[in-house]
Amino acid sequence: MGRYILKRLISAVPVLLGITVIVFAIMAMIPGDPATAILGSYATPENVARINRDLGLDKPLVQRYFIWLGNMLQGDFGRSFSLNRPVLDEILERFNATLILAGTSFVICAILGILAGVVSAARQYGLADKLITFTVLIGISIPSFFLGMMMILLFAVNLRWLPVSGMYAIYGGGDVPDLLRHLVMPALALAAVATGVIARLSRSAMLEVLRQDYIRTARAKGVPEGRVILGHALRAAMVSIIPVLGIQAGFVLSGAVYIEIVFQWPGVGRMLVDAILKRDILLVQGGVVFVAACYVGFNIAVDVAQSLLDPRIKT
Amino acid sequence: MSGFARLVLRNRLAGVGALVLAAILALVVLIPVLPLDPPNITATGDRFLRPLAAGHLLGTDHLGRDLLARLLHGTRLSLAVGVAAALIAASIGSTIGIVAGYFGGRIDNVIMRAVDMLMAFPYILLALAIVAALGPGLMNALIAVAAVNVPFFARNIRGITVALARREFIDAARLSGMGHLRILTVELLPNVLPTIVIAMSTTVGWMILETAGLSFLGLGSQPPVADLGSMLGEARAAMISAPHTSIVPGVMIFLIVMSINLLGDGVRDALDPRLRSGALSRPRAVTLIDRAAPPPPAPGDGVLEVRDLETQFRVGARVYRAVNGISLSVQAGECLGLIGESGSGKSVAALSVTGLVASPPGVIAGGAVYLDGEEVLALPYRRLRDLRGRRVAYIFQDPLTTLHPLYRVGAQLTEAVRVHGNVSAATARARALELLAAVRIPNPERQLAAYPHELSGGMRQRVGIAMALANEPEVIIADEPTTALDVTVQAQILALLDDLRRERGLAIVFITHDFGVVAQLCDRLAVMYAGRIVEEGPTEAVLAAPAHPYTRRLIACVPELGGGRRVLHAIPGLPPVVHDLPAGCAFAPRCDRAQDVCRAGEVALTGSGTRRVRCLFPEEAVA
Repeated sequence: MGRYILKRLISAVPVLLGITVIVFAIMAMIPGDPATAILGSYATPENVARINRDLGLDKPLVQRYFIWLGNMLQGDFGRSFSLNRPVLDEILERFNATLILAGTSFVICAILGILAGVVSAARQYGLADKLITFTVLIGISIPSFFLGMMMILLFAVNLRWLPVSGMYAIYGGGDVPDLLRHLVMPALALAAVATGVIARLSRSAMLEVLRQDYIRTARAKGVPEGRVILGHALRAAMVSIIPVLGIQAGFVLSGAVYIEIVFQWPGVGRMLVDAILKRDILLVQGGVVFVAACYVGFNIAVDVAQSLLDPRIKT
Repeated sequence: MSGFARLVLRNRLAGVGALVLAAILALVVLIPVLPLDPPNITATGDRFLRPLAAGHLLGTDHLGRDLLARLLHGTRLSLAVGVAAALIAASIGSTIGIVAGYFGGRIDNVIMRAVDMLMAFPYILLALAIVAALGPGLMNALIAVAAVNVPFFARNIRGITVALARREFIDAARLSGMGHLRILTVELLPNVLPTIVIAMSTTVGWMILETAGLSFLGLGSQPPVADLGSMLGEARAAMISAPHTSIVPGVMIFLIVMSINLLGDGVRDALDPRLRSGALSRPRAVTLIDRAAPPPPAPGDGVLEVRDLETQFRVGARVYRAVNGISLSVQAGECLGLIGESGSGKSVAALSVTGLVASPPGVIAGGAVYLDGEEVLALPYRRLRDLRGRRVAYIFQDPLTTLHPLYRVGAQLTEAVRVHGNVSAATARARALELLAAVRIPNPERQLAAYPHELSGGMRQRVGIAMALANEPEVIIADEPTTALDVTVQAQILALLDDLRRERGLAIVFITHDFGVVAQLCDRLAVMYAGRIVEEGPTEAVLAAPAHPYTRRLIACVPELGGGRRVLHAIPGLPPVVHDLPAGCAFAPRCDRAQDVCRAGEVALTGSGTRRVRCLFPEEAVA
């Protein structure tokens, strides 16, 4: 097992390098001159030349890439000109908030989605299945940002059950119950689509498994039906559900962008959108690489979980 | 095509989706002729009018612009951008996929590595990065969304192309001197096109949603032009004071995406051959029982008495009579062979005994099963479950598919013990070891920790037998347990079963299509054809003097070792399809002795004692 984890970690290195290359290549496509964008009306030729020298923009592209990569490996993601602070500091501070939001959402969508899928499959074409299928259909069709807005209207403005936005109350907040109150709506809104997708896939995976001969064997042994479904069938279905959990984690992590905007959540997504609008390239580059790297790490964890579950995977 | 459309629309939800989408499209197409206000003319005096205000059906937005006009224009824009993104992503992605799949080797490797890299990004993040580079704008958002979806198409289409590229017609095209380009466009493209269309129909909804998302963030369409996303984004500031400005575009996005999803599901389901045939079995714990008449009384004193059992598969309007009124009787310590071609209904009959036929479509439509005088089929689930594995156990044909692939052998064995009694883990483990030893598995300690895929076929089958023996059942139903094994292993397994029967007084129902196996093990046998028993009797009697023409020909199919040169006679024709049985004898169309009277009406099972035949002109007289 240790060897398998090591192997997966090593195989992640080229992927991570690829990510930096892609991000760098995309940013290199920027039309016009970044220095001019940064300086705005102060863009005198001398200032432009100075900025270009400071940012290393006067060097060839390939060299610039390796300088950027080398610096990043040493923990230096550069300096954000719009915030005037190191990119990495800003990202780390923001990522904490995103992780709380996306992590909660992911737990919600994984548990609810699998549960809904299992119930749906076990009661195929029954009332529960129809209700779940209908709810799931609405869930996967509603834009998360619209859902978030409607939740604010209903639960915060009309019913006054929950705070409208933010992560902590401005006065007297800061403790865990306060955080949870602020977290409920954004986490649910962010989880909605992923829950639907996971529920659908879990349902079809379960139906596929329930047709298998070994399920008939379990029943022939006299295994109680609850155990057939939650033990034998779900265990086998997890083999196809887990990779989807990995993919959905990516959706949740990046879908947080919308939710952070709607709920004024101080996360990486909002930072990225601001950075894009202000054309703060280093901040965008750093943020995208950082989040993508975290996602790669998460996917390794998913693969390891998969290999623990399925003995047929050679470790 | 009309057949396909009908198939899609048969799904009622897909019909609703088609209807909603058609209505939206109609509205959008009719924009030039509808009496709409210009969408971008501001009138700040009229800002935030509520819906149904005079002259503004849906009210106005924060600049006093007519919401209905903006909604329809925005919808047109969103649809156009979403569809354009889907087309671009599909054509670029599919081209990449076809090229990678067709050429294979290094080209494939390099391309797919790059695709994997792109897929390593959390989805929307990549789109954000692209928009960040190109700058905000609807065109750039379109490019970003299309680019992000390219890997999805590339991967899907590559998978299909790889399979196609190995097919004969591609080789033939290559040998006939066709160039790569021509093969790709003329031979491959038409074959992958349906998949591309399906992939598009399932992703276009996403792409509309994603472009709306980018516009919502202010990175897509720029004012004053608005798609649905930017309408929603602009309305957010006034969400609390004038919620209708948010709800109107939000609901429209929802309706579009939902109708596309519904339609996409309908298309996918219509193309799924399993759904099309309606043959998807559904997971019930017990076969549905729908007996027209009350169960007939127990006829004899056997451990297992099956009486006039009828099991059907009801698929749509068709009824497949897989088991059409069979009666069997097995005494303790006796082995009954149930023999017939595949599709004769022997396995279904065996599974019916404890309600294990996949259901629906399986339905037990008549007859009864008695275990020690107790009617089994009428039992509530709880009691039936208790009897499964404890009193009636099964050995199935292919242990690779019938053992759970993710549980260790030990866990599966101990489970069989523990579901039927309050047994400690240690006791169950000891029992599992005992069982493995009983079926002569060497080194049982180690095998307990093995997974089924780590064992050989013969070992797996022994595990299957051990599992069946776990609770010392009265009846074992063995469904072709040796078919997947080679001859020496087969002989060992048969000897093992025979020993167990003699030692423990087991009643065995042995299902097979192999007379050689029957001769070794069975006391009596029953021959099934098209869901009915056509002949039964003591094994030697039937083998020595088969009375039914079908039995005779079945025996003639068996090659004999050392039997010298002999012509093996295959039976001409095929077994009948059991939803459309001929009147009279089902074997008549393949029988060389058949006369008109055979096809006229029901032929009864006649004879005396244990020897019976269902034939008007038997090969041998059965007294």
